[in-house]
Amino acid sequence: MAYTTIFKPTNRIYQYDLLQNEMNRLFDNFFGSQKRSRGIGVFPALNVYQDSDNVFVTAELPGIDVKDLEINVEGDTLHIKGERKLPETGKNVRYHRQERGSGQFSRTIHLPFPVNTEKVSAEMKLGVLTISLPKADEAKPRKINIKTA
Amino acid sequence: MAEKELTVDKKEIQNPQEFTREGPVFNPDVDIYETEEELILIADLPGVQKDDLDIDLNENTLTINAHVKKVNQGTILYKEYDIGDYKRSFTISNVIDQGKIQAELKNGILRVVLPKAETAKPRKIEIRT
Repeated sequence: MAYTTIFKPTNRIYQYDLLQNEMNRLFDNFFGSQKRSRGIGVFPALNVYQDSDNVFVTAELPGIDVKDLEINVEGDTLHIKGERKLPETGKNVRYHRQERGSGQFSRTIHLPFPVNTEKVSAEMKLGVLTISLPKADEAKPRKINIKTA
Repeated sequence: MAEKELTVDKKEIQNPQEFTREGPVFNPDVDIYETEEELILIADLPGVQKDDLDIDLNENTLTINAHVKKVNQGTILYKEYDIGDYKRSFTISNVIDQGKIQAELKNGILRVVLPKAETAKPRKIEIRT
């Protein structure tokens, strides 16, 4: 069981089960305790960024063909699925080192905001995948006008 | 050869000589294999542009040095991997024809072809009867 203090001003303690560990980490990072990430045992590793209008999800996927990648968005859930194939090396080769992995992968993450699923876009550049998810209107920051008497 | 599973395990260089630029430096994952004609080195370098990649051959040491430009995408909410430069060195034997080394960077993958020198290629010996 993990207990995490989230809201510092009131010091309320919320209890999370193991399934929600990911959310804990999200909040940990959100409140500034940015630890160095370490091997987390899943592939691909994802980073999530936001600006006022968008959420960006990035992953390092070197050498993965866009055709072998499938991205789905459903409400606030993002699925990434794919396969990394290593090119055929031919017969009669002797390996000195083999450190690069291959195979199928799939990940699902819950986004911290509802997104406008119609306008989600993805780009693969230099082996880095960036998925741009525009926030739904209700999640965007709104400027409050102050009325004067 | 058994295939390796996909893992995320960026190996940060723990005790490097100091770099002038701050931030983490990683050892990229590589495959190296040998055919009769050449030695092929393949390295994963996601986020590296061609202009930021240096491959250097000094005496018998082949060094890969790659800088990753950080893209500003707002504030980070959740982090599973770090972004940093890449550096790795290999000692290359004399059997490589050092003048004919070729490299190609595509979609985050570096491929270096190191042709074997003529003298090092396997030769079939005729047996006279």
